[in-house]
This record gives sequence, structure tokens and C-alpha cells, in this order.
Amino acid sequence: MAKTSVSSPKNVERAEYFAPGHRACQGCAEALAVRLVLKALGKDTIVAMATGCMEIISSPLPLTSWRVPWIHNAFENPAAVISGCEAGMKAMMRKGKLPAKKINFVGMGGDGATADIGFGPLSGALERGHDMIYICYDNEAYMNTGIQRSSSTPYGASTTTSPAGKKSIGQHTQKKNMVEICAAHGIPYVATACPSFPFDLLEKVKKASETPGPAYIHILSVCPTGWRIQPADAIKYGRLAVNSCVFPLYEVVDGKHRLTYKPSEKKLIPVSEYLGGQGRFRHLTDKDIEQIQAATTRTYERLLRLSEQE
Amino acid sequence: MGKVRKGVEVSIAIADAVAQADVDVIAAYPITPQTHIVEHLSEIVANGELDAEFVPVDSEHSAMSVCCGSAAVGARTFTSTSSQGLALMSEIFFIAAAMRLPMVMALANRSLSSPLSIWNDHSDVMMVRDAGWICIFVENGQETYDNIFCAFRMSENPEVMLPVAVNLDGFILTHMIEPVEYEDDELIRKYLPAFKMKNALHPDNPVSMGCFGMPEIYTETQMNREVGVRNSYPHILKAWEEWARLTGRQYRPIETYRADDAEYCIVTMGSYGETAMEVVDALRDEGEKVGVVKIRLWRPFPLDEFRSAVLGKRHLVVVDRAITFGGQGGPVATDLRSALYKKDGAPTIVNYVAGLAGRDVSRKDFRNIILEGKKKAEAGDTEGFTLYGLRG
Repeated sequence: MAKTSVSSPKNVERAEYFAPGHRACQGCAEALAVRLVLKALGKDTIVAMATGCMEIISSPLPLTSWRVPWIHNAFENPAAVISGCEAGMKAMMRKGKLPAKKINFVGMGGDGATADIGFGPLSGALERGHDMIYICYDNEAYMNTGIQRSSSTPYGASTTTSPAGKKSIGQHTQKKNMVEICAAHGIPYVATACPSFPFDLLEKVKKASETPGPAYIHILSVCPTGWRIQPADAIKYGRLAVNSCVFPLYEVVDGKHRLTYKPSEKKLIPVSEYLGGQGRFRHLTDKDIEQIQAATTRTYERLLRLSEQE
Repeated sequence: MGKVRKGVEVSIAIADAVAQADVDVIAAYPITPQTHIVEHLSEIVANGELDAEFVPVDSEHSAMSVCCGSAAVGARTFTSTSSQGLALMSEIFFIAAAMRLPMVMALANRSLSSPLSIWNDHSDVMMVRDAGWICIFVENGQETYDNIFCAFRMSENPEVMLPVAVNLDGFILTHMIEPVEYEDDELIRKYLPAFKMKNALHPDNPVSMGCFGMPEIYTETQMNREVGVRNSYPHILKAWEEWARLTGRQYRPIETYRADDAEYCIVTMGSYGETAMEVVDALRDEGEKVGVVKIRLWRPFPLDEFRSAVLGKRHLVVVDRAITFGGQGGPVATDLRSALYKKDGAPTIVNYVAGLAGRDVSRKDFRNIILEGKKKAEAGDTEGFTLYGLRG
């Protein structure tokens, strides 16, 4: 594991900006990710959030879990809304209408809000170069509406709109690679993270905050409800995803790829160990899993090459 | 800028007004016939004549989303669109009003597809009639210029906090070169001081905006919106009165022309008012006791002013610029019929839909509409609507 500035739980920010008492399912790794992200960002942060699980569970009128300024507007537009916040503050500070202050402008959305319905607005905001961070909490389907497939659902997963059946493997398309798509915008900072690796996550969010211009962080957020696993196993499955190289932890800084965590030989596991216990993959045959293994190895090796080359 | 009268394209006058209003953020996506407004604004920003962020967005949906973000941090915010652009942003257009986010839009009214047409009618704004924005209609360049400032003043009033759309007819008005009297910057600053929003998004005072509403609370939020829009009314009047005090140019929610002693009136909204006045002058010379009633404030609808302007008249000939397909007439006539239902002294209403997608409605056409409308009213032929000038 690459060295991180925070390497012990006792050094983690103690203040909680995502208050307890929200209504997430047991074992929701996305809620944990939000909590960690806000710890890394600190109080001088404005969040614009997409419609979705996080919005519903954290803001039932007249209650809120947000201890930083927070705005929800619609499903597909957190990137556009936060770019508006940034533009407004920037203009007002420049004109002396507001005292100058470093503020983190953070857009947040699930994989549907990011890879599907909000894809255009996200691309637009990244291309325009706002000083903002966009965070995708990827739980690999539309969990809020009841586990429908998104373009970020992995190959072979059974969802309520890509059900496995006699004539279907379930999701029959490959997961859209939002990380590389965002990197292709030429923005200065792109990373993947997972709350099962909290120090790595904190480090990346801090880096994104310190980087001028747009940054994108793609966080794998294990969803016990949608993945059909036990709530107590959420952290475990995040580790399995990373150690099986299904979800490698890396960053792309100014176009340069770097793995921030390479599973050691001892930790490296086959994808079958990751897929095996999940209800959404239980219909897969050994042959299907072999195929997924081959694709995973191919992608990981490409990433290793990129990481070494650069 | 000092006080000056000059010949200027109305779109340019809007951009100049936005600059004088010291706007902080402009977010817009190009669409005909709004383009000259945003082109000129981007020029003004590029030349340093206005210190603002010009956000060239990826779509109108994002334009309205950026405006929501910008308004939420308390920045003075402007956008402009037309037709399909409004349709695309309509989802967020509703949310902007529901979240009580102040901003001003110049809406260059244009027909909706299909068939694709870039020319003027009111089908775009009618689509979002019920969104909860304050909707003003203007007739000429001066009114457009003036109402940009009035709109900001209304929108940012802490008692109002609603977005305002200044509707102007696409091409007919946006591309017209007219004499416009510019006011000097000092007057504008006096009328429109810097915007200070209470409860804007800021780390020093964390608030949550746009929370989720369960059935237990949703109804109350909607009543809150309704009360908010209704309560904006006296403040709209005050904004216009203050403008009149400073400039001598007075605007009213319902404006009339030669209507006091008229037996019947033609009702218009937008730039048609000017042609209607000319035709009424000519008809008066011929002995027709006809006047003009113009709706300047479309939402909140000025019910009392409208009633007091028309009760006692025999007929109203209402000219709509949009169709409510399968409904009972154009959107304006439908509203007016409802406003007068079972009122003592209520005039009968004859409804014409005219000038769809920029089809020219000349003085001769107005004359036909007025006289034919009167005949229809006298014959009791007052149901539904007539699509004027329909080729057989």
C-alpha cells in the first residue's frame, strides 16, 4: 500500500459532518464513504447531491444529516449545480461581495446519476474546468428505485431489469469505465477508492481538494441490499473487490496512472472469491466466472502496464 | 454608463441591462432567437465591461442547473432561452421556483416542435405556465430594458424570492432595432443594490436545500409555494412603482388603451399590443367603440385588476399565441373565461389563436379579428376558439 498521510484511526478527523441518525440500510458502505469523504474535506465544503439513496436517507424534511451546506436539486445535475455554486462564489469573492475563502465544491451522485442520466452535465462541468470535485458512489445499480441495472452494473450481475434467466446471463454488457472517461477529459486528478480502504480514500479526497481544477473520484460503495450479501460483510466485499483486481485502487494525476494499492501475492484472490458469495452472481457457471476472470486479468494487466510505463 | 437614448437591437439592450445590473453569473446555451443576447453578454464579459462568470454550458438543462447552484450561493444570476431550450430545462425550471431561488430569465418566446420552427409564438412559456415563476410580458425595447432591472428587484426581494421570466417575442422583438433610453449606472445601483441572500449556501452557516418530502409534508410545501407566489404580487407592484418614481416609466399588471368608454376590447399579451393599439385608433375613427386590454403580468395572475378593467364591457376578443390541444381555447382565453365566470357584468369572450410560429398578423388581420370577433360575440358564437388565417 502506498504511504498515506493518515495511517492510523487515531489520526482521522474526529468531527462528523455527516450526522448519525440517517436512514440508510444496515451495512451501507455508501453512507460510510460519505462520512469519510466529509472528514477528509472538512467544514469548508459545499455539497450538491443527485437524487438517489443518499439524498433520500439523509434529508427527509424537516430533518437533515448534513452539517456542511448541502443542496439537492435533481437526479442528473449535481455536477452542473455545483459548477454554478463555484462560479457564483468565485465571482462574488473576486468582486469583493464575499470574503475570500478556500471552499471545496463537491458534486455527488450514484452510478446512475453519474454514468447514465447525468453523464452529459458531468462531462460539461469537467470540460469547463471548474475548481470542483465530483464523487461517484458506485453501488453498481439503481438501488434507490429497487436494484435496476445501470451502465455501471458489472457483466453477469442479475438485477430487477437485467434478470438472469434461461436466455440471459443477467447484465450482458461490460461496466462503463467512468474513471478512464473522466481521465480522458484531461482533468488534473482522477482516482478510484473504496471505504474498505479508508486511509487510501481519505488521502485521495484530500489530494482532490488540494488540486486546482476539476477532480473525479469513483468510490466503489458496497450495497448489501442490492448485492444480496449480509450487511455485516460490506467491508469484506469491498476488500474482495480490490484484492481480486475487479476494482483496482489507482489514481490518474495529470494523465499519469498510478496504482495506489497492489494486492500482494498473498492477498491476491481469484474473482470467484469475490463473486461467489453474492446473490446477484449466484447463477453464474464456472465457465462464466472463467470468462470474467480473464477479462479482469486483462484489464488489471493493462492498468499495471500504464502504471509502470508512466 | 450614463443616461443616453440610442437606437439599439433589443437583444443588445437586454445584455447591456444585465451588465448594468452587475450580474455575477450568466449560464446559457445558444438557441435561436435568444443567441444575440448571450453572444453580446459573453462579449461584454470578455471585454471586462462586466465582472461575471459566463458559464457556457452543455445544455439548457445544465444552464438552469448552474443558475440554481449560483442563485443558491447568493450570486445575482441571469439566463436566457427559447422554445426547445425551455422544454429541455423545464424540469429544473420548476425546481428553481419551488426552491425559491431568485434569478432572471429573458425568455425569447418561440414555437415548440414539431415541426421544427424557430419563429415566435407563446407555446414555450405556456408549457411552464404552472411552474411558479413570476411571468412578465413586454411589448417593445424600452419595456424590455426596464423590466430586466424590475425583474431582479422583484426576484431578490426577501419577501418574494422567486425566479422571474421576462417574456419577449422572438425575432419580432429580440431582433428589432428600436430607440431605447438607457438609465445611468448610479440610478441602477440605487434601484438595484447588491443582492444579499439570507440562508445562502455558505460554510459559515450550513443549511440543507432541496430536501426530500414525504406525503406528510409535501402538501404543505405546495401551499407554501402558492402563498409565496400570491404574496409576491404587492412587491411586484412596488418594484414597478419605484421604477416609475426614478424614471417616469410606469408599468401595471393590466394595461389598457382607450378602454374606459369602450363597449368591447381586444385582449393581447406581448408585442401584439402595439399593433392592436394602432388598429383600435383607426377603428375609433370609424366610430367603433373598441379598446385594448394588455396583460403584462401573466403570473401571478392579476385577477382583481383584470376584472375591474373589463367588467361592464360587452365582449372581449382574446388573441392567444398558443393552442391547448383538446382544451377549450388558447391558454389566455381559458384563464380569462374562468376569471369572469358568473361575475355580474362579465363580457362574453371570443377567442382567436393567431400568429403561430411567426406567421405575420398585420393591421388588416387585427381589424378582421376585432370586427369578426364582435360579430361572433353578438351572434353568441363564443365557444372554443378560431385558428385565425388557417389556409383551407
